[in-house]
Amino acid sequence: MQLSLNWLREWTNPAATASELAHKLNMAGLEAEGRPLAEHPLQGVVVGRILSAEKHPQADRLRVCTVDIGSGTPQQIVCGAPNARVGLCAPVATVGSTLPGDLHIKAAQLRGVDSAGMLCSAKELMLSDKSEGLLELDDEATPGTPISSYLRLDDTLLTLELTPNRGDALSINGLAREVGALYGLLPCKPAIEKAAITSSKTLAVTIENIADCSRYLGRVIEGINPQARTPDWLRERLRRSGIRSIHPVVDITNLVMLELGQPMHAFDLGKLAGPIHVRRAQAGETLKLLTEDTVHLGRELLITAGGQAAAMAGVMGGADSGVTTATTSIFFESAAFAPAAIAGNARRHKLSSDAAYRYERGVDTVLQAQALERATTLALAICGGQAGPVTGAGGDVKRAAIMLRHQKLIDLLGVEITASEVEVRLQSLGVTVSKAGEGAWTCTPPTWRFDIAIEQDLIEEVARLFGYENIAAKPYSAALIPPQQSESRRPAARIRDALVARGWQEAVTYSFVDPKIQARLSPAFAGIPLDNPIAETMAVMRTTLWTGLIGAWLHNHQRQMRRVRFFELASTFAETEGKISETPRLAGLAFGSATAEQWSDKARPVDFYDVKADVEAICAAFGGDASAFRFEAGQHAALHPGRTAALIRNGQHVGVLGELHPELVRSLDLPGAPLLFELDWSLLSAAHIPVAQAVPEFPTARRDIALVVDEAIPAQSLIDTAEAAAGPNLAQAFVFDIYRGLGLRDGSKSVAMGLIFQDYSRTLTVEEIDTQVTGIVAALAQKLGASLRG
Amino acid sequence: MSPNLDELLSAAQADIAAAADARALDALRVDLLGKKGRVTEMLKSLGGMVPDERKVFGEQVNRVRDALNAALDARGNTLAGVALQARLASETIDVTLPGRGIGVGGLHPITRTIQRISGLFNELGFETVEGPEIEDDFHNFQALNIPESHPARAMQDTFYLKDGARLLRTHTSPVQIRTMLARKAPIRIICPGRVYRVDYDRTHSPMFHQIEGLYIAEKVSLADLKYDITTFLSRFFERDVEALFRPSYFPFVEPGADVHIKWEDPEKGTRWLEVMGCGMVHPNVLKAVGIDPEQFSGYAFGMGVERMAMLRYGVSDLRDFFTNDLRFLAQFQ
Repeated sequence: MQLSLNWLREWTNPAATASELAHKLNMAGLEAEGRPLAEHPLQGVVVGRILSAEKHPQADRLRVCTVDIGSGTPQQIVCGAPNARVGLCAPVATVGSTLPGDLHIKAAQLRGVDSAGMLCSAKELMLSDKSEGLLELDDEATPGTPISSYLRLDDTLLTLELTPNRGDALSINGLAREVGALYGLLPCKPAIEKAAITSSKTLAVTIENIADCSRYLGRVIEGINPQARTPDWLRERLRRSGIRSIHPVVDITNLVMLELGQPMHAFDLGKLAGPIHVRRAQAGETLKLLTEDTVHLGRELLITAGGQAAAMAGVMGGADSGVTTATTSIFFESAAFAPAAIAGNARRHKLSSDAAYRYERGVDTVLQAQALERATTLALAICGGQAGPVTGAGGDVKRAAIMLRHQKLIDLLGVEITASEVEVRLQSLGVTVSKAGEGAWTCTPPTWRFDIAIEQDLIEEVARLFGYENIAAKPYSAALIPPQQSESRRPAARIRDALVARGWQEAVTYSFVDPKIQARLSPAFAGIPLDNPIAETMAVMRTTLWTGLIGAWLHNHQRQMRRVRFFELASTFAETEGKISETPRLAGLAFGSATAEQWSDKARPVDFYDVKADVEAICAAFGGDASAFRFEAGQHAALHPGRTAALIRNGQHVGVLGELHPELVRSLDLPGAPLLFELDWSLLSAAHIPVAQAVPEFPTARRDIALVVDEAIPAQSLIDTAEAAAGPNLAQAFVFDIYRGLGLRDGSKSVAMGLIFQDYSRTLTVEEIDTQVTGIVAALAQKLGASLRG
Repeated sequence: MSPNLDELLSAAQADIAAAADARALDALRVDLLGKKGRVTEMLKSLGGMVPDERKVFGEQVNRVRDALNAALDARGNTLAGVALQARLASETIDVTLPGRGIGVGGLHPITRTIQRISGLFNELGFETVEGPEIEDDFHNFQALNIPESHPARAMQDTFYLKDGARLLRTHTSPVQIRTMLARKAPIRIICPGRVYRVDYDRTHSPMFHQIEGLYIAEKVSLADLKYDITTFLSRFFERDVEALFRPSYFPFVEPGADVHIKWEDPEKGTRWLEVMGCGMVHPNVLKAVGIDPEQFSGYAFGMGVERMAMLRYGVSDLRDFFTNDLRFLAQFQ
């Protein structure tokens, strides 16, 4: 909301500059900013009256005007505006003046005709963003008056960003109350006189439910002048609040709203089909709004006339009953709609309305009669006509009293505020305060404060006026209770650090992704779609982190950063039978050379085993439990079927590791096949708590064997078989070389295995070890067809 | 000393000094002091001498032997030093060539900032707690004193799922609700996480991060809140931060405040910047989670992680956090 500071000062005028006042409001929780209204002084621009306007002899579009600028000598000015006409008062930039944009006004000739000055539009004076023709001024304006004093441009615009609880401050009236409380001043509210009633014409009003609308007042004014013009002072007040002048009657309702805080509406009486009834809409009802959009109604509160919807209460009037330039009789509405009956209606229909903005936040329930009288007086003065008596329904709303305890206030704020100060502060806001025993008060909030309902609300009001800055921040005592820290969950920080130390960069990507790409990467799961995504490419919740990581990779690849190792730890989302599960996952993408380009080792692309080493390192970071992790040949729709491993922990599937499927590389038009992994964080992060074993005292013995096996036999099977066949003395079995080629038949390979034997109680004899090796070799031969290489 | 011995000594010393390598030196040692060495032979001859003569000659020969031993050792050391120098010279490498290996990655600045903020509060006894990102109306709004149609709902444009009931959390406050429902007071938690709002421009991202804190106990006051926040801000920025608490409105706190800090901007001069919202937990929120507001009170605060990171590290464009450009991320290694 934006308001003229001069206007506010007519109501309450603290001895403070605009910026001091704005600061004071800010510190009281009303975000305010002041800036000068006119940035350009407009010196030498005066009121002019067009005395004659003749067609330019050389140009159809131009007119040659003589203009009284109060100097005694009318000036000849050539003008192209279509509304330049005899009798019109408009601003004139006199010769020698300078307009915004550094436009110097000089005596000139236009198409051969002398022109001394320039008739101006609002836009040329920077009073408006756009304008049609000359800025029309009141007929009563005095030629020669400087425009800055005529329009009182020496003003400050106060811009307020009020929080939703402070609907009461959305007017000059409300702001003056607040400023008064802050500076200890009593606002001088201009007296509102009752308008003279010269007609007996009325329109009956009834309300279906007082809970929706506590009061509805209306008045008929007949015989208004359809040619009436909104005077400049009123236009200027609206303009300073960013409201365009539309029609004198509409302008008056807007002025009253800005001035008093009471939204009003004016109907064209001739277009109302009968008496007014305020009720909820029925399913199937429709209403054509002032915006010309027809809306389908549900349970909105309506103003009906003769049974037909005429307006969406507190939001917007109907197009068919709106005031037009042909209107001669009007019906003014001034109502107290309940916030709950209005809230959400504008948003539901995507409407923006100053009235709804105020009603949703609460409009003072006793303001209606005053507002109606103010609007009537203005209408009679500006448009003429005969006012009828006020008709209406409803009445006052009783506010519940609230108990306030002094000690509670002190405890909650942590500062001693005296009882007398509490009383003064609350009373300055219009709260009725009366003692209720020792250290307590009964408080009744004013009718305009919808946000004060409980004790804490009163405490906040006191704190606000006392000043948050006056509450000292000092160390305090509290019970010291150490939080739980489970050792059987590995903290994410440790795994992040492990990956960072191994050259991985953490990425953060969006949780919503392109459904088309995700469907290719994770066809087994449907992503949960958003109802209102901001873009098609951000339309579903992710089931895999790979979509985002591929995006991050491509962003960098396209910018000459060809080696990337990205990881992300974040949630993925899935829905099964209506139940949503969020699974945190750790995923990675590696592409480019195995190491950054350097002088020593031969460059080679990163491969499966590079990334596997990193995944193994993560597993190892979970304590001495690394042996619980196993890799097996796995399957994943997005991965190369021959280069995919499943990570298994204690029989549970933790995740996958592999190379992107070449078919996806082709169809997604990627620069190559990255290595990818994705692991279920909750299964991964369960940490092993070590149980210490004695360190063996006796030496180990090593035997190496070379086995010829089929290419299809995985190394893990050889190890598993050896371990199963060996006795308790086999401490470790591992592969240390693979040979293919000369001396071996096609489709077979030679695997060199190291076997380490150990006993905790003695040194093993050669015979014992040989027996065990023989047993292992026999088992490998029997189960896997392995033979010792000759 | 007899002329023979003198000659022998000076000749042998010259030979030792001229020995070119360890082998030549060894040959000299054998020739002079070996089992059949010339000096050894002289010592053997002592046995056939008369006592007086033996004493005089013996002393002389021993002195020669000692001198030769010293000369041999000294020359040996010199030669070893030369050999070592030669070896070291031949083994020298270019230490300015970079190390082999994979280099180091880095944490995302958002993680780095969350870890720093959480860490500061963890030391004050705040436990880090996380919660779901897909929420329902109760946890995200109603329990936080934001009923249906409340104007405050327009302050946070919400992403909904197709069923219209479930939504992407607009703040991390639902974690506070879930924790209060699950635990008994006193409660001291800090809740970092991703949050979502329908907003996308230079200063808004549809996904961003918040970190919220909650402290529920008997007689928690606004003064306590001011102390904890002011202290946190000073620790986070590592200087005495001037913080201003301005009354503000959030439905889930009463009284509520915005926190602004004084910021020296090299371009825009000194300004007050809003960094977080906070306040005393609204009694309706406590009631919604079964905590008696007559017995307990509490404070809550929440801040944008990206905003804190931008201020701390001088990041000017919010979008940089989500494009994952390595040239940006590498600055936070």
